[in-house]
Amino acid sequence: MNRLILAAAVAVFLTACGSAVKLDNVPVEDKSGTGVTQAAGSAATGERVVAPVDLGNKGLDAMAAANRVVYFDYDSYAIRPEFQARIETHAKLIKADKTKKVALEGHTDERGGREYNLALGQKRAEAVKRALALLGVSESQLEAVSFGKEKPAVMGMTEAAFEKNRRVEISYR
Amino acid sequence: MLKRHLSVLLVVITSFFCGSAWAQFRVEVSGVGLTQVPIAIAAFRGEDAAPQKIASIVQADLERSGQFRGIDAGASTMDEGSRPDVSTWRQKGADALVTGSISRLADGRFDVRMRLWDVVKGQDLGGQSYAVVAGDLRLVAHRVADFVYEKLTGDKGIFSTRIAYVTKVGQTYNLWVADADGESAQSALNSAEPIISPSWAPNGQQLAYVSFESRKPVIFVHDVASGKRRLVANFKGSNSAPAWSPDGKTLAVTLTRDGGSQLYVLDATGGEPRRLAQNSSIDTEPTFTADGKFIYFVSDRGGAPQIYRMPSTGGNAERVTFTGTYNISPSLSPDGKWLAYISRVSGVFKLHVMDLATGVANAVTDTTADENPSFSPNSRLIIYATHQLGREALMTTTLDGKIKARLAGQSGDIREPDWGPMQK
Repeated sequence: MNRLILAAAVAVFLTACGSAVKLDNVPVEDKSGTGVTQAAGSAATGERVVAPVDLGNKGLDAMAAANRVVYFDYDSYAIRPEFQARIETHAKLIKADKTKKVALEGHTDERGGREYNLALGQKRAEAVKRALALLGVSESQLEAVSFGKEKPAVMGMTEAAFEKNRRVEISYR
Repeated sequence: MLKRHLSVLLVVITSFFCGSAWAQFRVEVSGVGLTQVPIAIAAFRGEDAAPQKIASIVQADLERSGQFRGIDAGASTMDEGSRPDVSTWRQKGADALVTGSISRLADGRFDVRMRLWDVVKGQDLGGQSYAVVAGDLRLVAHRVADFVYEKLTGDKGIFSTRIAYVTKVGQTYNLWVADADGESAQSALNSAEPIISPSWAPNGQQLAYVSFESRKPVIFVHDVASGKRRLVANFKGSNSAPAWSPDGKTLAVTLTRDGGSQLYVLDATGGEPRRLAQNSSIDTEPTFTADGKFIYFVSDRGGAPQIYRMPSTGGNAERVTFTGTYNISPSLSPDGKWLAYISRVSGVFKLHVMDLATGVANAVTDTTADENPSFSPNSRLIIYATHQLGREALMTTTLDGKIKARLAGQSGDIREPDWGPMQK
């Protein structure tokens, strides 16, 4: 089981690195300095120029973008262990940029009342918010909100759909 | 016994074959022993040439109430001035008869006149006349139904009231204001994001609702006639479940700004909310009693969602529902006698009605995904959302569940009904 999770994590990481390659397209002049930077080298420094690429937080960004959903069990607000690493990734990212505002958007499956589901989704959103706060993220950067059952990720009244809909989306605003 | 069965069968057949009535709604009758007034509504003289068939709208209204049974009036040349031959109508089985006429006035408006007869006593029970534009003819028909209903039952009719509901078609959401039969719907709000929990102000002019247009739930109060909207609750976190106090001055709402879904009251024009209770559980779906003294609400403080009530100024809550492990969406009858709510029983969600005097509750539907009940202002009907034939639909039911009608209306999914107050 652990091996499976490890394999999945590696696969996810590789996928993330794969997409990070696209960062080559980032303009050479990056005034923020935290992103892709190119060495000052020019023709004057010789032929064998190696331009160091510093992924900085952009690597995290890409990983975070691919993994911004936390799923929950039926009638549960407990964060499953396999999502802890995902939440830690986001915590690092949010802490690194104090200007970032992040919404934790809670969702439920489609069974039951709309308002009560809104409250259930809120509980999930607040669980993820609490987990981020425990990792040192400032609460002023976070807002827990709920969509209840109004925005299912997957349509349909099947258990497979329900599983995909019981979630919190970590949404950078 | 056989006679009773026959009469029920007759209702079904009548409903089935009354052409235009069938097009508007479908009445389902279950159970026997109903006491219904058999009434004939003669076609209004001149309605063939009019934009609305008054008689069939009146009949549909009265049948939907569960307290009337339409009797086929056949071809008729009567109007409000005719004196009916009561023996003929008695033979048809009618206890009451409505006659009337509709004619176009010189200024283009329509003159609608009607008269109600008790054909058992041969007595004229009075009449009404209305001069209205074509667009208000359905409203006139509903007012005729209200007049008949009140004369024959002693209760106020609710046919000329309005309902609000939400449709979802593709990714488009609309908040509608419609006649109580679901017809004449007009869109009050169109949005690409969900709209839930519309709630009529006691004056019948404004709707409070939850909109997700800013990527989180916030509460608006919306003046229906002008379209002017005011954002009344946009606090950090989620803002939802607005409920008007009976005087229309305050809203009870669910906010999460201090963590968790908790109940607050705030001025209906906005302002600083005042917290009603403080705990670590979910408290939501507040609704005021008609006298404004109590708030019924849903809480999972006992481990599962149940309905409670507490003084509307806050204070000790007492539990109201004790059966089942999932009871939500309380709606109180305006007369204070009944509580409608949704209960999950064996994994399905059913509308229940509780007699508040005894605490006895019964399921009143055979559907499995009922939601969001709302009482008619005369406490005799409940409108609710459910799933039928794979779609979300609106139904009305009598409190005993014996007479149900599916509301006409829109294509797509129809949900979140709220029944507005009596209007002048």
